[in-house]
Amino acid sequence: MDYYISVATFAALNVTLALGLNLISGFCGQVSLGHAAFYGLGAYAAALLSVAGLPFVGSLAAGVLVAGLAGALVGFAALRVREDFLAIVTMGVGFLFLGVVRKQSWLGAEMGISNIPSPLEKGGYAMLAIGVAIVMLAISLHVRRSWMGRAFSAVAQDEDAARSLGINVPGFKIAAFFIGTAAAGLAGGIYAHMTQLIVPDAFNFVQSITILAMVVIGGIGSSFGVVAGAILLTLIPEMFRFINDYKLLVYGGLLLLVMRFSPEGLAGIGRSLARRWGLR
Amino acid sequence: MFYLELLLVGAVWGCTYALMALGLTVVYGLLRILHVAQATVFTFGAYLGLLAANQFGSLWLALLVGAVSAGLLGPLIYRFVYQPLLGRPPFVALVASIGLLVAMEDGFRLIFGPYGLAFDDNTWFATSFSLGGLTLNGVQIAVVVLSIVLLTAFALFASRTRAGIGWRATVSDPAIAASFGVRVEQVRYLAFSIASVLAGVAGVLVGLLNNLVEPGMGGVISYKGLAIIVLGGLGNVPGTLVASMVLGIIESFGTVFVDRWLDRDAIAFLFLIIVLMIRPQGLLGKAH
Repeated sequence: MDYYISVATFAALNVTLALGLNLISGFCGQVSLGHAAFYGLGAYAAALLSVAGLPFVGSLAAGVLVAGLAGALVGFAALRVREDFLAIVTMGVGFLFLGVVRKQSWLGAEMGISNIPSPLEKGGYAMLAIGVAIVMLAISLHVRRSWMGRAFSAVAQDEDAARSLGINVPGFKIAAFFIGTAAAGLAGGIYAHMTQLIVPDAFNFVQSITILAMVVIGGIGSSFGVVAGAILLTLIPEMFRFINDYKLLVYGGLLLLVMRFSPEGLAGIGRSLARRWGLR
Repeated sequence: MFYLELLLVGAVWGCTYALMALGLTVVYGLLRILHVAQATVFTFGAYLGLLAANQFGSLWLALLVGAVSAGLLGPLIYRFVYQPLLGRPPFVALVASIGLLVAMEDGFRLIFGPYGLAFDDNTWFATSFSLGGLTLNGVQIAVVVLSIVLLTAFALFASRTRAGIGWRATVSDPAIAASFGVRVEQVRYLAFSIASVLAGVAGVLVGLLNNLVEPGMGGVISYKGLAIIVLGGLGNVPGTLVASMVLGIIESFGTVFVDRWLDRDAIAFLFLIIVLMIRPQGLLGKAH
């Protein structure tokens, strides 16, 4: 039972991470290759404060804030550089985060932070993570239909045209990064308290790519598709032992195949099936 | 003297970066694709080169095998991964490329084992030369000499041959180049072959420098290659070469002076971020 609870918790955390990235890359069109860094920032901030004695909720909130502010900072960078340049900058942010954390003794260096207090039972974390994931899905769906969501699509489709329509492009870019990375920070805080041990490598480039894979395989821009992608990519390695050893072969292969044959991901496949069966 | 040595070590790394990044720039210039999967080509060349060296005992043969095998793999990647994606938004090719890279990292692990392989008889690594008080090993000399030779050959190709002129024409305007009889598709295959040959040579050289060829060796150098072409101003060849050298040297000094705060990869990317915030178009790029 414990095993299933922890798989469910990880699936929910991944849903939150993937929805956050989807908001940045799917809705607002800003490709980010460093999402794991914000997951890590949230985890490290929450863990450090918890170890220092701050209550659980306070540490989580601090994690959200730290990750969100760092994300907003990257949003400022996205005002300076676009598209391919931005992708490389966000990748750089990921490496920079790892490089800093690995070398600071007060951040635990390579050993990470251990003995993080754990105020909840396993079931409690599962409920919390699932609750957060559902709230995040609700936010995604709401944003998509709101004025903000339309502005995000305008920025994604043609930044200059959006600007000429009087849309506050810098503001919306920064907002997208703030919301998306703050969600990652919350996921990080929950993860840190649940596992009670965090190490730098949990937040490396491969983790960023894993989150990206969830978004892309689910269908970039589609909230339900991304949820499906995140759950699927969490479950597949758990179900097949071989896949757990060669996770990247499967993730990478799926990324390649989805991009090659169905760039709209699971959501695109779902839509075309629905059309074929005359549902829409 | 110590500083001079750091400079030299940095320049050697800069040369390997240049070999890698030049190919990335060539591909980007033609197709606007960030060819991350060049790391796969790099590692593939390194493995086949190592197998050839351990089988026949010649490091020159290793370089040749690495170059040829990589040169064949690159165009295949273009044909089966990028070509069908050309009309799509740029992130599609980028994500596909990352997918190929991470999948093949595991692929190499599956085929050649997780711990990496060493050269049985790396004679270049064992020989050292003294140059006015500085000591360099044979591999480091080979890296510098080969880089100069290959980059000069590339410059001659680009400026003197018909194919090179066709390539430059296609870079500046594919439609007009095509209307003047340049076969754009052939130019692309040629570009991938050239980029991949350079990457394959770089792979064998880096393998020799570390005396180790491992499944993950291509990843970091490929990410840095991307950082370099962005630094140089995307698609800008001289900018790429300058950025390679600058990055190699900054890393070499950085690992000595700021090692307490940042690791080597972080130094490279911190430099990238700072430069881009000041000059979004890169070191030698032109403002739009």
